[in-house]
Amino acid sequence: MTDTAAPAIELKGISKAFGPVQANKDISIRVMPGTIHGIIGENGAGKSTLMSILYGFYKADAGEVWIHGKKTEIPDSQAAIAAGIGMVFQHFKLVQNFTVLENVILGAEDGPMLRPSLARARGVLKRLSEEYELSVDPDQLIENLSVGHQQRVEILKALYRQADILILDEPTGVLTPAEADHLFRILDNLRAEGKTIILITHKLREIMEITDTVSVMRRGEMTATVKTAETSPEQLAELMVGRKVLLRVDKAPAQPGASVLEIENLRHVDHHGVERLKGISLEVKAGEIVGIAGVAGNGQSELLEVLGGYADGTGTIRVNGAEIDLTGKHSDGQSRRARGIAHVPEDRQTEGLIMAYAAWENTVFGYHRDPHYQSGPLMNNALIKAEAQDKMTRYDVRPPNPNLAARNFSGGNQQKIVLAREIERDPDILLIGQPTRGVDIGAIEFIHQEIVRLRDKGKAILLVSVELDEILSLSDRIAVMFDGQIMGERLPAETDQTELGLLMAGVTERPDKPLIEAVDAQLDAKEAREAEQHG
Amino acid sequence: MDFATLLQVLDSTVRLATPLLLACLAGLFSERSGIFDIGLEGKMLAAAFASAAVAAMTGSVWVGLLAGIVASLFMSGIHGLASITFRGNQLISGVAINFLASGLTVLIAQDWFGQGGRTPSLMGGGRFEPITLPFAEALRGVPVLGPVYAELISGHSILVYVAFLMVPLSWFILYRTRFGLRLRAVGEAPEAVDTAGVSVIGLRFAAVAICGLLCGLAGAYLATGLQAGFVREMTAGRGYIALAALIFAKWRPWYALSACLLFGLLQAVALRYQNIDLGGITIPVQVMDALPYILTVVILAGFVGKAIPPRAGGEPYVKER
Amino acid sequence: MDKMPAWADAVLVPLISILLAAALSAIVILAIGEDPVAAFKLMVDGALMRSSGWGYTLYYTTNFIFTGLCVAVAFHASMFNIGGEGQAMIGGLGVALVCLFIPFPHWSVALLVATLAGAAFGAVWALIPSYLQAKRGSHIVITTIMFNFIAAAVLNYVLVNLLRPTGAMDPATAIFPQATHLPTFQDMFAPEGSRMFRGSPANVTFFIAVLACIGFWFLIWRTKLGYEIRAFGFSESAAKYAGISPVRITIVSMLISGGLAGLMALNTTMGEAERLVLNATEGAGFIGIAVALMGRSHPVGVFLAALLFGFLYQGGAELALWTNIPRELITVIQALVILFTGALDNMVRMPLERLFLAARRRDS
Repeated sequence: MTDTAAPAIELKGISKAFGPVQANKDISIRVMPGTIHGIIGENGAGKSTLMSILYGFYKADAGEVWIHGKKTEIPDSQAAIAAGIGMVFQHFKLVQNFTVLENVILGAEDGPMLRPSLARARGVLKRLSEEYELSVDPDQLIENLSVGHQQRVEILKALYRQADILILDEPTGVLTPAEADHLFRILDNLRAEGKTIILITHKLREIMEITDTVSVMRRGEMTATVKTAETSPEQLAELMVGRKVLLRVDKAPAQPGASVLEIENLRHVDHHGVERLKGISLEVKAGEIVGIAGVAGNGQSELLEVLGGYADGTGTIRVNGAEIDLTGKHSDGQSRRARGIAHVPEDRQTEGLIMAYAAWENTVFGYHRDPHYQSGPLMNNALIKAEAQDKMTRYDVRPPNPNLAARNFSGGNQQKIVLAREIERDPDILLIGQPTRGVDIGAIEFIHQEIVRLRDKGKAILLVSVELDEILSLSDRIAVMFDGQIMGERLPAETDQTELGLLMAGVTERPDKPLIEAVDAQLDAKEAREAEQHG
Repeated sequence: MDFATLLQVLDSTVRLATPLLLACLAGLFSERSGIFDIGLEGKMLAAAFASAAVAAMTGSVWVGLLAGIVASLFMSGIHGLASITFRGNQLISGVAINFLASGLTVLIAQDWFGQGGRTPSLMGGGRFEPITLPFAEALRGVPVLGPVYAELISGHSILVYVAFLMVPLSWFILYRTRFGLRLRAVGEAPEAVDTAGVSVIGLRFAAVAICGLLCGLAGAYLATGLQAGFVREMTAGRGYIALAALIFAKWRPWYALSACLLFGLLQAVALRYQNIDLGGITIPVQVMDALPYILTVVILAGFVGKAIPPRAGGEPYVKER
Repeated sequence: MDKMPAWADAVLVPLISILLAAALSAIVILAIGEDPVAAFKLMVDGALMRSSGWGYTLYYTTNFIFTGLCVAVAFHASMFNIGGEGQAMIGGLGVALVCLFIPFPHWSVALLVATLAGAAFGAVWALIPSYLQAKRGSHIVITTIMFNFIAAAVLNYVLVNLLRPTGAMDPATAIFPQATHLPTFQDMFAPEGSRMFRGSPANVTFFIAVLACIGFWFLIWRTKLGYEIRAFGFSESAAKYAGISPVRITIVSMLISGGLAGLMALNTTMGEAERLVLNATEGAGFIGIAVALMGRSHPVGVFLAALLFGFLYQGGAELALWTNIPRELITVIQALVILFTGALDNMVRMPLERLFLAARRRDS
């Protein structure tokens, strides 16, 4: 591999606009064959748009794509596949009630009859599995596989189509650190075989660990391309956000008071009959932030849902010493709000806000039954609007126009609307999930400060986030969830990313066995239990 | 009930089940691809009118059949345009198609024939004649099996046999061919099909076209096989019963056969007996009429197994990252 | 930013859709060898140029307001109620029962009780589908279709076997007592000896329909229930988060929907026929779909769309009387309206959005 060889992929001056939003501005990259190239940037920086153009999902407004030294038109996915490009999307593109084998051959069948295609694919899959540590049962239905294994199916799909350029979009978002390590070993093997890999992520650690070269994107522009060996996380972070990042949140030590929220042996079974919470016990005191760390999908969402009153649970929850109803007439969200529990949900677009409602309507969402907002049998819209205007000004929502529909605000400003609504109720307890997901840097600081300010007013705060950095910098105490259980509690000063990472994979003690084996054993056990419950 | 009566009821069951079965399989292909279709009724009606009208004018039932299929495909085209190309609401499009067919058939029939919205009665080559299978007469003397063969199995028009052959054929296409794999996939996870480089739009249009073809056969059978000519609203809710059968069958071909035979039997019994006397309790004919619908509600309520429609059904496909 | 201004979304899109439907209808009339302009003039003459024409037009309008609101309230909760027809049939049964069996002193009392009965019966017929949707996830479109057929069978049975006066041949109840007969427009507005509204069926129920429109607006946009119905319609997951019970909203909004459909029986059964007949609804439940779509589920829109369909119905009857164009032309127009304002909405919307975007870019 020398710099004189033709690049596996070369993008020249790619631009793409969605309406008034310029998602990609004049972007050029060269990726040499047999390397792993990272593309890093904040949410909304335009990484996914760029890759979707490369995979024929969008048509670029301007620019050229060159594959192995040849100018190539990619009008659709078919053309991308023909050009040897394989893509592993952030949200997997699998048919849930098909087998692994059926998913692999879909669209790449050998002929009009299925049988010969399935037979050949079975052989190819066996070979690929052995070659790249990609073992997965070809006859299992996708819906019975763990996310880690589903991701392997996606990689197998690409390899089965003989892709020699593989694009992975945020592949570790749903993986435990150990699963992520396994993925990186697979990527290493693929690189050794001469495949070219593009890794899209917003996690600096991954870039430093595995890539050869890295490009940084910011607000639709490519700000730099550097050799990984010649850069540092700090430099990349600065390139990403355009200025020095405050990694720690300024806050005084917590002054915990009386216990406000006590959870004992909380259990929750979802509608598939799978137990998602397996006896959670946790306490949050006045004036402290308890952070819940964990890989997405280990019961954190369900914990918030049960606490917020929109999922059933069994066990005991006490608020200020008094038990609350978990399954009966007073277990709904309205009753929870009446007990002083406010909730900033994980997903503001599908839960926290009605996107079609005007901002002012959203500022009472969940509290709309409050007699304060009624006049006679009708709602007092004039009052609600006036109060909304005031809240929006104080929480720096831009533009401060209460008549604008929620969908017309940026992610950060939407989050501020939710935050204003919940904090202004002066709750005893604030549940807050993924407070800064999809939020720009400026708003992140504001949101973090608001959370700390509320803590300093003596409120109890339960924070759920999949961003370890956020957990570490905000929390006064950290609980780690894995497979519906709390694996342990740590103080942020006395722990580090490595220890938390192990807990997130269900390993409670530093194991004697090699790390990976211990983690794999835990994950296999979890999967077996889930398969059993699926019946 | 004696044996001969039983045979007659079963024979009429087969005839009445045929249009249901064709329409049900039509719906199966469409809905398996993710396009809900409550417009089966309208397509059948359009096909019934077109086939009868053209058969009456040309004297050839085969040309009539072709016209029926074309009319039904035209309606399918509208449904495809609305629900696939323009990502409209599939249910609303289906409702529109039912009214369009209901209005247009009478309007055109009145304009062409001036007989109050019906076609002239079909005679001779304008109808599908019953086919006598080999040895039907020779074997009639064999006890039980002979009459069953001669009365029940033999002596139907060609479209009846086509309908019943469509069941194994549909099964084969769905579960043993590349097209079937892709069709089922596009109704479950169109994004998987799209990223695999297969056209979602193409597959769905193909499914909607197959639906149109089968509804065309169903409608043509109504007007040129079961009856001799078109009368207004002659489908009489069969499209909806087929939809009910489809849910009953949980979107599977062999179950569709059983469901349609069951509903066909209900219709045959209701047709033959007005009120049924079951040792003191009289079942009014209205109960027989309503039974397919009641059974479907019971199935939908999940009291007898759960009917899970294709996951992407009813949702227009929009590309997402 | 939204792709186009609100007024374009609310007025321009439906207007263009209607024009498209009208153009296609004209082509259909041409194709059967008639003159669309003459046909339109005939319809206007018959439906709007005489007071009795208005009497019919407003009679039909009344029906379509009720069924349009019925579909619209379900649309706000993101449900498609195709069962208006069945709910109106059963609502008719409720109206007939109180009219036949309660000795009313005056029509106003009868109207009040019949209103409650019609709404209650219609609501009950919507209850089972809504309960099954809320609790067991059975698709409301399919169940309401099924319930239309079941309603027809029930009504058939009741009329043939239970309510038919002895000796009568047709499946219908006896004529309601005199005290339940509602004042018609002729009774109310025609001066002594004038021919105004003569023989036309429009009656006091029209004003109940107008009241229903006003009540509908307050309910949907000014009460907490309306706030919750719309929130649920936009996002079920968000509604759950806010502590809005999906089960409650599904059932309550369908009860309101069914109740509105049931009210239609006041007009047809109590106001016009003065007895319950088998086919009292005459497909008005389905026209409600077109009316709600065209009216964008807003009471003002529903009122205007109902008026348009009232005009089409009365005009269509005139056409059938004087020309070779059968009444089914109206069914075709109705289908085209549903097609263009409902299913093919994007066909009109997408080019318009592009136009507005381009205009905005030029401005900036």
